[in-house]
Amino acid sequence: MFDQLSERLQSTLSDVRSRGKLSEGDVDAAMREIRLALLEADVNFKVVKGFTRTLKERSLGSEVLESLDPGQQVVKIVNEELASLMGGTGSELAMATSGPTVILMAGLQGSGKTTACAKLAQYFGKQGKDVALAACDVYRPAAVEQLVTMGRRAGAHVYERGTDADPVEIASWALEHARAERRDVLVVDTAGRLHIDQDLMAELARIRKQTRPHDVLLVVDAMTGQDAVGVAESFAEAAEFDGVVMTKLDGDARGGAALSVKAVTGKPILFASTGEKIEDFDKFHPDRMAQRILGMGDVLSLIEKAEQQVDEKEAEALQEKMRRDQFTLEDFLTQMRQVRKMGPLSGIIGMLPGMGALKQLKNADVDESELDRVEAIILSMTPQERANPGVINGSRRKRIANGSGTKVQNVNALVKQFDQMRVLMKSMANGRMPSPQQLAQLQGGAQRPKVRRR
Amino acid sequence: MVERLEHEVESGAVVADGAAVRDRLIEILAEVASAGRAPIDLSGSPAVLMMVGVNGTGKTTTIGKIAWHLSREMGLTVVIAAADTYRAAAAEQLEEWASRAGAELVRGGEGADPGAVAYDAIEAARARAADVVIVDTAGRLHTQANLMDELAKVRRVIAKQIPEAPHETLISIDATTGQNGLRQAKVFSEAVEVDGVVLTKLDGTARGGIALAIASDLEIPVKLIGVGETLEDLRPFDPADYAQALLAE
Repeated sequence: MFDQLSERLQSTLSDVRSRGKLSEGDVDAAMREIRLALLEADVNFKVVKGFTRTLKERSLGSEVLESLDPGQQVVKIVNEELASLMGGTGSELAMATSGPTVILMAGLQGSGKTTACAKLAQYFGKQGKDVALAACDVYRPAAVEQLVTMGRRAGAHVYERGTDADPVEIASWALEHARAERRDVLVVDTAGRLHIDQDLMAELARIRKQTRPHDVLLVVDAMTGQDAVGVAESFAEAAEFDGVVMTKLDGDARGGAALSVKAVTGKPILFASTGEKIEDFDKFHPDRMAQRILGMGDVLSLIEKAEQQVDEKEAEALQEKMRRDQFTLEDFLTQMRQVRKMGPLSGIIGMLPGMGALKQLKNADVDESELDRVEAIILSMTPQERANPGVINGSRRKRIANGSGTKVQNVNALVKQFDQMRVLMKSMANGRMPSPQQLAQLQGGAQRPKVRRR
Repeated sequence: MVERLEHEVESGAVVADGAAVRDRLIEILAEVASAGRAPIDLSGSPAVLMMVGVNGTGKTTTIGKIAWHLSREMGLTVVIAAADTYRAAAAEQLEEWASRAGAELVRGGEGADPGAVAYDAIEAARARAADVVIVDTAGRLHTQANLMDELAKVRRVIAKQIPEAPHETLISIDATTGQNGLRQAKVFSEAVEVDGVVLTKLDGTARGGIALAIASDLEIPVKLIGVGETLEDLRPFDPADYAQALLAE
């Protein structure tokens, strides 16, 4: 997501940064490039016009021209304006002061509402809240069953009355129950509807009136093109939504919709859904997203993700093991799984600062199937073999290869590389930096996740 | 297209007046939209039709509509394979459509292998001498290489069973999708041979302009359009109508 825009903006800005003093002509040229980049990213043309106008005004002001490093100032301005375009430092959901917080979900067909409901349930569940869902989509076949199944997985209770009742009544009834059962949050799922469908938009307005939600969220598919703005405006008029949930952000859509919606409706993007798994859901941070687009990385998100996976004590124990050369293949497997739990590696790479400079890495596809293979090999080993790979003889190698669906060469390569890694870890844990030869040896191994150029 | 039109006006082939230029533009658009045009292939016995596409684009609803048309309007026997084994209640959703359409449903357990479900459905179709098998697949983002591999695998399973199958592979493209639609069609057609596009949700305000690029760049024609959520809301693609709608105020 945003890859193309990112590349172009970074290229324009690195150009700007490399110059000394900036003339008005230089600024004009940069603004033209930025304008084109945004248009090609599917950003609404009205939004682009306003954005580049603001950028230009600021860039031609004394802030830049009298600065010691005008290029860097321009980058700072673009970063600030881009973040502001998407919502500034981020907004919070309004929460109830008493009784359940009611969140109403709305959007076009197929935008990802029902999945988002389950993800919200999981998100709040992790905060220790008691979440309930209301199944008000009585039109789409099996929509109720889908919500019930997903809700259960997320640990939420689902209020449903099948498909024969009226959605407005179901919502009302669900709210009564949520109050009586003292739920912390009630998320109301509704049917996908066209913004031009007067009857259904009126129904949405009625549901809103009956349930008086603290938050109305518009669910928008990140790959929506220019139409996103019209849709958002219509929903704003009919349902007065408070924020947006952007879905399918793990695609490679240019992302213009994400950049346009807040600018046009004034409503911030509150959440980002980045995958099909229920955990693939985060609070949206416009400032961090702006930084990522400009290649400044998103170290905060990376740290947050890592913290979720790593236990401090475990980390200390691991370091001790490395120091004493007691690091086993079992430990390696645990570590690898923890890293993988942080999300697809290609996503993590985007969070590292300076990725713009390392173009090759940025445009590559980390081959997750290699990691699957390594995992399979280790899982086919006995605990003894994992603890002490030295006992792995010819017949064991064959058995492991068969069990993991790989070849003996793969098993050999893994064991050899692991041995080299252990030596390296021991010296690093004891404070010695690896020599270039040692690093080169490690890189030559076949088990290193292959980075495939796109 | 714009260059072509400019050339025609300059050379006098088209009168340089607003209405004439507009009419000619519509003709050109319709021509581009017709690239690679071919009817849907139902020649096999059974004929196998596979639906693919990104999440939320309307695959399952479209299958319901196609099944209804084939079964109720054309009197053919239809078997539907619930090969979306990932999404919660996907089989239940398809079951409802199958019942409305008068088609038989073959399903597996949750998390079952999609290829296996397709296989079972084709076997069942053979046993009953059914006319058509329609294979539903899970929605997937084209950016997920492993899922694209899985799709290719399902296709191989089908091809092994019946050499020419799937006789027709359709990709559903949501009319509201922006430029990304072209990318989707390209990557999906690298994994499986895509024969045509179903352009869905044209009853909204989006005009699905990206279908032009798909037809022109990839030579994958739009064969059907979806214009609503009920069984009858499926129409054959008409390039002239489409071109008119693109330019409508």
